[in-house]
Amino acid sequence: MSNHLLSIVLFTPLAGMLILLLIPAAQKNLIRIWANVAAFAGFLVSLPLWVHFDRGNGGFQMVERGDWIPALGVKYNIGIDGVSLLLVLLTTLTGFIAILSSWNAVDRHEKSYYAMFLLQQTGMIGVFVALDFFLFYVFWEVVLIPMYFIIGVWGGPRKLYAAIKFFMYTLAGSVLMLLGILTLYFEHFNQFNFYTFEISELLKLNLPLGIQQWVFWAFFIGFAIKVPMFPFHTWLPDAHVEAPTAGSVILASVLLKMGTYGFIRFSLPLLPNASIDPWIVQTMAVLSIVAIIYGALVSLMQEDWKKLVAYSSVSHLGFCTLGIFSLNPNGIAGSVLQQINHGISTGMLFLIVGVVYERRHTRLIRDYGGLAHVMPNFAFIFAFAMLSSAGLPLLNGFIGEFTILQGAFEASRTWAAFAVTGVVLGAAYLLWVYQRTMLGQITNAKNRLLPDLSLREWAVFLPFMAWALWIGIYPKPYFDVLEKPVAQLVERVRPGYFEAQAARAQAALIDSGKETTLR
Amino acid sequence: MRHLWLIPALPFAGFLLNGIFGRRASKAVVNAIAVGSVALSFLWVVKTLLSLGGMETPHAERYFTWIESGILNVGFELAVDRLTAVMLLVVTGVGLLIHIYSTGYMAHEGGYYRFFAYMNLFMFFMLILVMANNYLLMFVGWEGVGLCSYLLIGFFFLRRSASTAANKAFIVNRIGDFGFALAMFLMVVQFGTLDFAGIYPAAAEMPAEQTAGILTAIALLLFVGATGKSAQLPLYVWLPDAMEGPTPVSALIHAATMVTAGVYMVARSSALFLQAPLAMDVVAIVGLLTAVMAATIGLTQFDIKKVFAYSTVSQLGYMVLAVGVGAFGAGIFHLMTHAFFKALLFLGAGSVIHALSGEQDLRAMGGLRKKIPLTFATLLCAAVAIAGVPPFSGFFSKDEILLAAHHHAPWMYWVGVITAAMTAFYVFRAIFMAFFGDSRGHHHPHESPPSMILPLAVLALLSLAGGFIPVPRFLEPLFPAEGAHHDFALVAVSVGAGLLGIGLAWLFYVSKPGLADSAAARLGALYRLVYNKYFVDEIYDATVVRPLIGGSRAVLWRGVDAGVIDGAVNGIAQRSRDLGILLRMFQSGNIRSYAAWVLLGSVFVLAVLGVMGGLR
Repeated sequence: MSNHLLSIVLFTPLAGMLILLLIPAAQKNLIRIWANVAAFAGFLVSLPLWVHFDRGNGGFQMVERGDWIPALGVKYNIGIDGVSLLLVLLTTLTGFIAILSSWNAVDRHEKSYYAMFLLQQTGMIGVFVALDFFLFYVFWEVVLIPMYFIIGVWGGPRKLYAAIKFFMYTLAGSVLMLLGILTLYFEHFNQFNFYTFEISELLKLNLPLGIQQWVFWAFFIGFAIKVPMFPFHTWLPDAHVEAPTAGSVILASVLLKMGTYGFIRFSLPLLPNASIDPWIVQTMAVLSIVAIIYGALVSLMQEDWKKLVAYSSVSHLGFCTLGIFSLNPNGIAGSVLQQINHGISTGMLFLIVGVVYERRHTRLIRDYGGLAHVMPNFAFIFAFAMLSSAGLPLLNGFIGEFTILQGAFEASRTWAAFAVTGVVLGAAYLLWVYQRTMLGQITNAKNRLLPDLSLREWAVFLPFMAWALWIGIYPKPYFDVLEKPVAQLVERVRPGYFEAQAARAQAALIDSGKETTLR
Repeated sequence: MRHLWLIPALPFAGFLLNGIFGRRASKAVVNAIAVGSVALSFLWVVKTLLSLGGMETPHAERYFTWIESGILNVGFELAVDRLTAVMLLVVTGVGLLIHIYSTGYMAHEGGYYRFFAYMNLFMFFMLILVMANNYLLMFVGWEGVGLCSYLLIGFFFLRRSASTAANKAFIVNRIGDFGFALAMFLMVVQFGTLDFAGIYPAAAEMPAEQTAGILTAIALLLFVGATGKSAQLPLYVWLPDAMEGPTPVSALIHAATMVTAGVYMVARSSALFLQAPLAMDVVAIVGLLTAVMAATIGLTQFDIKKVFAYSTVSQLGYMVLAVGVGAFGAGIFHLMTHAFFKALLFLGAGSVIHALSGEQDLRAMGGLRKKIPLTFATLLCAAVAIAGVPPFSGFFSKDEILLAAHHHAPWMYWVGVITAAMTAFYVFRAIFMAFFGDSRGHHHPHESPPSMILPLAVLALLSLAGGFIPVPRFLEPLFPAEGAHHDFALVAVSVGAGLLGIGLAWLFYVSKPGLADSAAARLGALYRLVYNKYFVDEIYDATVVRPLIGGSRAVLWRGVDAGVIDGAVNGIAQRSRDLGILLRMFQSGNIRSYAAWVLLGSVFVLAVLGVMGGLR
């Protein structure tokens, strides 16, 4: 049983979906209840992962391996390390919350709606646990389809434009990524005379820098579009604005992390020489910093509340990619933690827009104002999410940002100095939207009688809030989980990094010792 | 274990209780929780300090490891030494008095429980700030008090000006935090730790050729943080606007405690600053300039709270000057006496405002001496203290600073003396305008309730006698006194300057009213420049805020994002579509056109082959 824990986590949502399909479409309440039960079960079965995870092991754990398409050398090979563990947990929790938040928001084609969400859960978990590149690619594409329908069917007025843009853009990226994957696949055959997509085998490849660079850029297109990195981000605001609330939550909290995860899982370890190529690293850092500042400035100016949150994602994900390409333990661990944090805080921000959208059916900031009077609890939750997103200490965002910036500073002082301005601007756009929507007098009569949060809405926010506090106050368990795999990754990309660090510390120690004896 | 954590935890418990249950609780219960938690915290401070005795070495307690990643290792660690002891007494003592005062002042305001929840939360973060034993935890308190400041400035959130002032305070402080954060990154890289106990000895042992660059950079970056929090040039602009908050907030946060955090931080980091003389000079000059500039603005304002706000900026300048010239003990001494007399000035102003049902304009006051005598008496105590009249508290602390400044560079002393004269002038100007002459308003003033008068009385006593608390001597183990000896002539000059200021204020506003207006008229443009606060807000608006907003909207968003980038994306899609439309024409379904295309194609192929010489 426990040998197949990971498979159970992976396929519980799918099983839930299959059962859901047996329920007649007219039984709307039963469909809702079942979808929530299945999603909650998906979350519950993922919790043992956290308990059984061996923190002292930097490699993959809970590995399951079997043939899938022997002719092509494709294996069903799954397993997790600390990075995947956190992202899987984020996925299972966010999936449940997204489904719970849809209770009243969706009133047509409920059955297909919930089926899409459950299918998507399996797809996303699959992306984070696959250890076979082919399997990974399959899950990567599986995720695309439900989201296409979620935006295209249950979306806003320009849903078709947004859905097609999302689909075509991401697909274009993944096709290039596929070319990269195939390059590695055939190179492996050339060098070892058998075909495989397994990561552990591909790691043994010895690739010349030129090929590594080409493959890096091919992967880059795929991952950068997904993140999205500047300047591949323009599908994101459109997709977010048109997507239903739950779709936005999943999109921001989980889907974007597939891109950053791709960099960490594939680009860095498989292409270590390209990943430390100064030109590539500089480009990545500059794109990240541009995203941080540019995303924040554009976010500042948005008139649409949801679009504002969407652009803030661009800025936050800029921190995540900057951390990755700092190529040191603080940068990468901070990046993974910040990916979780962004899932929590931006998930909350989208849910917040959803709460008022459900009541007022508008997302324009100027239609609101003074909501704190009629919805004090809601105002509190929004303030909490805002502070979490703005990186206030003792909440989650601070830990991630600080660790990333420390890593960036170790890599380059200039990067850090520029990136820190993003923290200033982050406060600006959030405080401003808070002022315009929550504070002041109620200017629009339609807002005068809005009901405050219902119990179900509280239930949607509370898990995220609890998680935000946990990470903010006691993040050590998260760093414990990440320490070994991140160290292994840094050592892979920069052999001898830790020895050099230790030697330098030793030298400093001797130095200061000499100083004191000389006195 | 002395359970230091209880000191901040008690107000935090008060915050939770009032925040969660306060809405449904009666005012008496809210009061009991809010005031009680701070009182208990104060008592716990006293008990802890008594049990710690001399505190020759810091008493530290580590509770758990907070962040452990890469080269970072930061513990949740609190500590008490003599410097923290002074701060703890000021924060919890003055904080307690202001909490008591607020129960009277806020009695008729909506959101009563919310106010006290925020105040308690503020106490929690402020205590974390002064007790933290490493920079990151100090930063937690630092950001936390900023948050509470934001919440309390914007307390009357119906007023747009209040929420705008709150945003301004938060964002300007964030600009300062930019420096603080970078300083921390640099310290981690340089020293491998953020613990005070690890950094200071290492810094002290650094050879001089290494200190110049690194330590100067660290010190200057930390000071950038301090200019935000302690409202120094060029980031002081948020503090005058912060007066939008309720008056007890101005007293507690924007006079007595939070704004002094920057001074505390520099004093705490004295080991770093002393190794960076260049940074020290910058600190001293910024402090001095801020002191003069804010004092001149204070001369011209008519809103009683604005006068005291600029006075606070100016007095903070004195403290920064003190730490900049290396007189850390004097800086902390002035921090304490200022907490007494400035809290009193604000609370007294609050009592006046309360008596006049919200009137803040000095021009609409006058003749209140008889109507609210207790308030007048206590305010007078604060005024003589801040004006540096011996033997009241401000006299001692200010003279310590001025003497140290003279020891460092005589010109700094003289600028300080001029500022002292202006200080005495603007404070007594406010007193005379409010309490002397004839009533210019249409109010029916009433004296404040005992809950407000009692704290005023206690603070009045402290303002008068607080100078006899030997703070610099108490702090000597931490900050060895420099050679500044007491020079009677220098003391006499600065006291004379203060008395001159008071005399001029009497002349202008009591004995010859009207002189002020004619003087203002004669100064013309200069007066308008100062009255309008040197147009600094307008300059920032025109050079930073507007370009940023306009550029982001027109250039970045509409231009780059929607125009260029998304234009390119949609352009590619459109070109593909156009290509498809073009190719579709070939698929017409018309047999004759297919035949024509086949023929044309064949001719083309043959032609190509022919040209290439393939047909022979």
